[in-house]
Amino acid sequence: MTITTKHPDIKKILADRGLDGSGREIWQKRLAETTRAEVEWALSRPPGYYVLDRLLILISPAAENFIEQMAQLAHQLTLQRFGRTVRLYAPLYLSNFCVNDCVYCGFNKSHKFPRIRLTIEQSLAEADIIAKEGFKDLLLVSSEDKDFIGVDYLAELASILRQKFSSLAVEIYQMATEEYTKLFAAGIEGVTLYQETYDRDTYCKYHPAGPKADYDYRLSAPEAIAQAGMREIGIGALLGLSDWRLETLALAEHAHYLMKHYWQSRVSFSFPRLRPAKDVDRSQFSLLSDKNLVQMILALRLCFADAGMTISTREPAHLRDHLVKLGITRMSAGSKTNPGGYSGSTGSVEQFEIDDKRTPAQIAAMLKSQGLEPVWKDWDSAFAKS
Amino acid sequence: MDKLVIADRHFTSRLLIGTGKFSSSEVMVEAIEASGAEIVTVALRRVDITNQNDDMLAAIDRSKYLLLPNTSGARTADEAIRLSRLARAATGINWVKLEVTPDPYYLLPDPVETLKAAEILVKEGFVVLPYINADPILSKKLQDVGTATVMPLASPIGSNQGLKTRDALEIIIEQANVPVIVDAGLGLPSHAAEAMEIGADAVLVNTAIATAADPAKMSEAFKFAVIAGRTAYLSGAAAESKKASASSPLTGFLRDE
Repeated sequence: MTITTKHPDIKKILADRGLDGSGREIWQKRLAETTRAEVEWALSRPPGYYVLDRLLILISPAAENFIEQMAQLAHQLTLQRFGRTVRLYAPLYLSNFCVNDCVYCGFNKSHKFPRIRLTIEQSLAEADIIAKEGFKDLLLVSSEDKDFIGVDYLAELASILRQKFSSLAVEIYQMATEEYTKLFAAGIEGVTLYQETYDRDTYCKYHPAGPKADYDYRLSAPEAIAQAGMREIGIGALLGLSDWRLETLALAEHAHYLMKHYWQSRVSFSFPRLRPAKDVDRSQFSLLSDKNLVQMILALRLCFADAGMTISTREPAHLRDHLVKLGITRMSAGSKTNPGGYSGSTGSVEQFEIDDKRTPAQIAAMLKSQGLEPVWKDWDSAFAKS
Repeated sequence: MDKLVIADRHFTSRLLIGTGKFSSSEVMVEAIEASGAEIVTVALRRVDITNQNDDMLAAIDRSKYLLLPNTSGARTADEAIRLSRLARAATGINWVKLEVTPDPYYLLPDPVETLKAAEILVKEGFVVLPYINADPILSKKLQDVGTATVMPLASPIGSNQGLKTRDALEIIIEQANVPVIVDAGLGLPSHAAEAMEIGADAVLVNTAIATAADPAKMSEAFKFAVIAGRTAYLSGAAAESKKASASSPLTGFLRDE
């Protein structure tokens, strides 16, 4: 079957609504003027009901006084849609060579440190350690190191890892549809790629050089991923670069657009807050509080009942222990964010410091103690053609 | 004795249980036991079907329950067929609950791909129980290609909304030559009872039990509701009328003669 529908352009949608930064003041004014009565209206809407205005009300300062009510609703909705389960996954970092200059990132090309890239054999050795911890869901992560970690490398690695893992996804530099198609054929069924920030000016400021400096190209990535037939598309904004409330609005419009036009791919949200990283000055960023993060997660859950929601080991243990009851459906455990980190053989630099350093077994025990089933396997390599 | 018969196998219980969304395997097993169910469906995506020691598989006593693998997550006929073959090769079970759901949000079944997969799987010797929308024509076509049951939904899966498709379900039941198992959307025992009262042969429940505060107790409640609904159906319930009909405004004068 050929799909002949012509889609509107996400770039145009964000620009028309002023969500690429062009309507910053108008949105901030609207947020500040949101009333208690409006919050009550938004809370009375059916669970999962999304219109931009409802989300705006739920993330407004006025809604901060209703956070417990939002939490109750989000908890009920997540319980109904996902049950008493949380999926577990582990990231496997392949390389920290990079051609980009992202100001906030430990792998920034201007930073001076010994760079590491894993050979296929080294990657498999890392994956073995991860598999022994019980993981079936693996996320392959790499900086923009196309010369080494290219499509062929990833496809070869995936075709071997498929024997051991039931679900494979990548979080790597942006590719073209044909490249994503090759990865999908090799057994990779999901791609996570963050816009980092939807605010165009901020984006340009923090991505001064390299292939990633092009805002519009970056914005087209999730569509390329969907067109390749990927099942899971992870999107998100790197929280701390720009006003989180405006990022949330743009992120939701992006998700809504993808859900409508690429209806066979599941969209999931991540909530990465900026973390300390080697040689990165964090004083320039506007970090958001735990309360803001929780409000963002709850508001998105109340607008998107079935979206997957991921929280990584960037976040502290005490917070993660609560978030699994507030909408989060998937979390990483025991993560290393440096290539070779699991075997400890390379002693390489990590992308950022993780916070929750508990082992996968400890995370599983924490979930069980809260009456939640840690789910290691929720996919099967048999879905993919062999 | 009133038995449910699927592909020549006889079952006393008319309640089938799904195994997703439970807080642990122990809670799941308690709920299954309390339900009196004899058929338990398991998502192939969730278990390692080739591994006898898989947590969830090991928890289900195969001497007591018929394990019904399902193809949840499949987006196409090809994927569903591949998963079914894998499950049969690993376990010897040739029953499959066929689910093809290309939309990841409402998980509504794809009629075109489901029919395609059903036809191929039946030819390969599978006992096929297809999950479908409440579509009477699709239901007939599936029976024509030889499925063992049809499993129309009451409302979207996991939604707990009850019998939103009641009118279409009644047509499916009236026209069926195979057991009709109402699947998906039953949020309360009363919903299950209603499905049985209108003549469904069985119901399948998962979310309403797994996400209840006390799953085993809710499971038991569903057991009784299914029995009550079935008994009511067999007893020939009195016809329902919206209005009382005591008077005869047009012909009352005849009595005066």
